[in-house]
Amino acid sequence: MPEPLPPAIEVSRLVKAFAGVTAVDDISFMVPRGEVLGFLGPNGAGKSTTMRILTGYLPATSGSVNICGFPVATRPDEIKRRIGYMPENNPLPSDMRVSEYLYYRGRLKEMARRKLGPRIDEVLELCDLKRVRHSIIGRLSKGYRQRVGIAEAILAEPPVIIMDEPTIGLDPHQILIVRDLLAGLRGRMTVIISSHILAEIEVTCDRVLILNRGRVVAQGAPSALRREFLGHTTYEIELSGDPGRLAALFCALDPNLRIAGQGEPDADGFRRISLTTERTDELGEALLRALLGQNVRVRSLSRAQPTLEDLFLAATRRSWDTVDKR
Amino acid sequence: MLLVSSSTYIAAVLFLVVMGVVFTGILDSYSLGPQDASPAIAFFQLFWFPVLFMVPLLTMKCLAEERRLGTIETLFTAPVTTAEVVLGKFGAAYGLYMAMWGSTGGFFYLLKRFSNDSHLVDFGPMVGGYLFIAVSGMLFVALGVFASSLARNQAVAGILCFAMLFVLIVGGYYLPDAAWLSREAFHPVKTALDYARVFQHYEDFTRGVVDSRQIIFYLSGTVLALIFSILSVEAKLLHS
Repeated sequence: MPEPLPPAIEVSRLVKAFAGVTAVDDISFMVPRGEVLGFLGPNGAGKSTTMRILTGYLPATSGSVNICGFPVATRPDEIKRRIGYMPENNPLPSDMRVSEYLYYRGRLKEMARRKLGPRIDEVLELCDLKRVRHSIIGRLSKGYRQRVGIAEAILAEPPVIIMDEPTIGLDPHQILIVRDLLAGLRGRMTVIISSHILAEIEVTCDRVLILNRGRVVAQGAPSALRREFLGHTTYEIELSGDPGRLAALFCALDPNLRIAGQGEPDADGFRRISLTTERTDELGEALLRALLGQNVRVRSLSRAQPTLEDLFLAATRRSWDTVDKR
Repeated sequence: MLLVSSSTYIAAVLFLVVMGVVFTGILDSYSLGPQDASPAIAFFQLFWFPVLFMVPLLTMKCLAEERRLGTIETLFTAPVTTAEVVLGKFGAAYGLYMAMWGSTGGFFYLLKRFSNDSHLVDFGPMVGGYLFIAVSGMLFVALGVFASSLARNQAVAGILCFAMLFVLIVGGYYLPDAAWLSREAFHPVKTALDYARVFQHYEDFTRGVVDSRQIIFYLSGTVLALIFSILSVEAKLLHS
């Protein structure tokens, strides 16, 4: 039986300290082959630093990183052949033409001349860059430049792709293109992307790693994280009537059900009330039934879907608390 | 990167214009009366002028620009080592430097073609002059690469390179004649400075004296400057 392939990325107890500041503090995680992992975190959380260490550009202070079974610290040559990297802010030489740049990068990545021509055509097609292939990079708009960076990262078909904020500066249409591109890579290549756009991560990534102050504060599939960090469900009701009277009613329905907030009544006398409960099963029907018996007019009832944004805020707040307590 | 940027071509054209003017000036003085040295010697005597200006212009961008734009990050995440990058930058700048000097060979060709006076084109000093340019150019360009590896701003790199070349060429010309150096206690310093006197090397080369000590001076200086460049680039990565 053949030896099982090592995971694409294995990081254990990674620490990186810059003069007095610990940017990455004891991070461990693993990415199986073919997975798309998202890095989330506020500015200065250590996302870019972690990515730079993964590519072998920065040396780590301690800890170990293995990519496709090769340790980054001692075999940088092997790592660099297996990685496509797009740095933060996507630096590009401004004097070159798009096709020239891709050719130069391809040769630098030790691709054969014979294969390089067709491959450049392929990535230009994938990234929708055909029209600008002879344009000078310095004169391109931000969206095009960003896609040139992405094209460069996938050019040599590396097994691991690391992109630092690939969708920054793109319009919604271009974000869709990038999303499709990443979806096309899923299963074939291992991808790590970082982003501030949470919806972006939620759609493209199989797993999310939330970093704050150099530590992993949460990791897992977006749905699992939701359960872990927001252990309650929120309902929103629009009704007219006195909400004070309703508190007892809600309590009878479910002892945990509380009024978390209420708005001012609008012109028609309806106000928005949000309720939270720790129960995860559906309460909507029971709520409606109970309210209708109370001579209250109900306009709408909905169960709020917590977004990754709420999750992100909850996860980073929780780690702020733990940091402050120490 | 050098061949795709327009500044290279502007610099090359300016270089040829300046050198062409210098060459015409020399020929003018020859047409007025007999001189004791051949035009090649007079021409190469002015080598310091283009060196002081062209070498900083050619080399200041090579590493400083990569660092400022951030492309150094994509460069070093490609399968190349620091030594390969620095040697590549040095090789490119040196190649261009030599190509520019090589194109001044056209002046001598024109002179030979259109003057019927064969002794004007003296083959020996010409070969010696080009040999000197080739050997000393290695050190000058390597110093430029080193200056560029130190700075993030290419203007700073250029000025630093200019200062180093100025000290080496002009300082080396005047310093050994300083009065305080002729004291007995400074004798070893004076010997060392005499040894590193670029103008003396130039004169020897054009007279046909190719001294292996001088070649070793330039070669070892080049190797040292390149090693320092590699160390400087790596140190900046470590402490970035």
